[in-house]
Amino acid sequence: MDPTALLAVGQTALELGLICSLTVLALFLSYSMLNVCDLSTDGCFTLGAAVGAVVAAAGYPLLSIPAAMGAGVCSGFVTALLQTKLGIDSLLAGIIVNTGLYSVNIAVMSGSSLINLNKADTAFTMVRSLLRGTPLENQYKTIVAALAVILTVAFLTFFLNTRLGLAIRATGNNPDMVRSSSINPVFTTIVGLCTANAFTGLSGCLMAQSQKSAEINIGSGMVTIALASLLIGSTLLGRGSIFTRALGMVLGAFLFRLVYAIALRMNMPAFMLKLVSSVIVALAIALPYLKQQWPILSRRLSHGRAAKGGV
Amino acid sequence: MLDLSHISKTFNPGTVNEKRAITDLSLHLAPGDFVTIIGSNGAGKSTLFNAVAGSFLTDSGSIQLDGQDVTFQPEFRRARHIGRLFQDPMRGSAPGMTIEENLALAAGSGGWLSHVSQQDKKRFRDRLALLDMGLEDRMKQPVGLLSGGQRQALTLLMATMVPPKLLLLDEHTAALDPGTAEKVLKITRDVVAEYKITTMMVTHNMHQALELGTRTLMMDSGNIVLDISGKERSGLTVNDLLQKFRAGAGKDLDNDRILLS
Repeated sequence: MDPTALLAVGQTALELGLICSLTVLALFLSYSMLNVCDLSTDGCFTLGAAVGAVVAAAGYPLLSIPAAMGAGVCSGFVTALLQTKLGIDSLLAGIIVNTGLYSVNIAVMSGSSLINLNKADTAFTMVRSLLRGTPLENQYKTIVAALAVILTVAFLTFFLNTRLGLAIRATGNNPDMVRSSSINPVFTTIVGLCTANAFTGLSGCLMAQSQKSAEINIGSGMVTIALASLLIGSTLLGRGSIFTRALGMVLGAFLFRLVYAIALRMNMPAFMLKLVSSVIVALAIALPYLKQQWPILSRRLSHGRAAKGGV
Repeated sequence: MLDLSHISKTFNPGTVNEKRAITDLSLHLAPGDFVTIIGSNGAGKSTLFNAVAGSFLTDSGSIQLDGQDVTFQPEFRRARHIGRLFQDPMRGSAPGMTIEENLALAAGSGGWLSHVSQQDKKRFRDRLALLDMGLEDRMKQPVGLLSGGQRQALTLLMATMVPPKLLLLDEHTAALDPGTAEKVLKITRDVVAEYKITTMMVTHNMHQALELGTRTLMMDSGNIVLDISGKERSGLTVNDLLQKFRAGAGKDLDNDRILLS
């Protein structure tokens, strides 16, 4: 691989990694902090993309971002309501919302499964025209994505250290304790999931606007990709302050995209992305378990050999 | 301070597993009362605590706390006025969060978006130092690294950070080694005395039941069979207590974990 190609690979990984890291940060809040595996992430990502694209196509590129985040909040609210007030298991609640969102997303895109943003003004084109003539002009995508990530990390660092943030973390960390304390777990779960899904929506919105189109499958498999990034990130920077761990999430998202981009360069077909992410997630979760089981497993193996040898 | 009138609770009503855990129980606690509770297995001690704390709603009767009717209040609302410790030391604090963060949650000062101030930190340090466990120098460490005794002491501190109107201690030293249990008990006594908190404590240590507090209740089959305080209580020995139990309940005290000494 020549240096320019390598640089291009790094550039793409950086852009995609930054945009996807917003979803990873959303899961950092819901999965790592609140201990809820939010399976509505795929649908919510697409919802953010659809809403962001529709609003931008209608000529309001600035409004598209809060609109997508607001849509994410609504989706998170429904998921949270299902699991806290209607007694539906949290995994199932996510799946139900995810399924329902498919119809909602097509409805948002007025019955079509694709919105083209080639001629529309987006957050990205706005920044590009702002930067016209400066040396940063070609970096506009990275700049927009980085800005969103910096703001999100700053917000999470602030938020998770407030009293509300502490209450949300305690809800995920020790539900027993929270149940017999003055924290209302229904409230913390709702706030946590709404906030997390706002970032998922933002992530989808930026993804659609950066690739100049939103289509119905833009978010499929996103939850696995984001979980893979999250697990990579927490392996690298899993301890320490919230800020450090949030940075780890961004780093994880970037590394995941980098490995993937390199694999693509080595002629791995693009459709392999999802298999790769599945394998990473499975391995990342299974390895600590296998490591723990290994002593007993190896003892059983050697025990079996010894028994056979004795005969 | 606490008024229970005719509360009852039946689990799994109408099934073969029906269990009448509390039947028509009434109890009045005066402010500052420190009540120790002993009883046989399944006498309803923990059910009583759950009913008072609001872990479930009672089937009948009413509960008043400091003049306020809390019969239908959910647990988290009552928890503003009720501190509670369980036998399991792991239940009262969040292991993945630091000592400081746990205390900040318990202190509950300021609004939802407030941060821990330097003043708070100083206050936490001072309170932790009272435990004499060296925890004041480990405020940035996750609680998961503490021992059971240290966690229970921390939980006690958290429960009394904002002095509650009522403190429920459900065998909170039973899972600790004797030395640590003694220490946690001493801290309990100091904290309760300092803030004059009305306290109910379940114990299986007969000696402790008589030595601690101002009043002793014995429970059997979902009701209070013995209620002694004042002069009657001060001269009592463990043997007297057992005899009184037999007279009240019509049978011997049957608890496989009871400690007589």
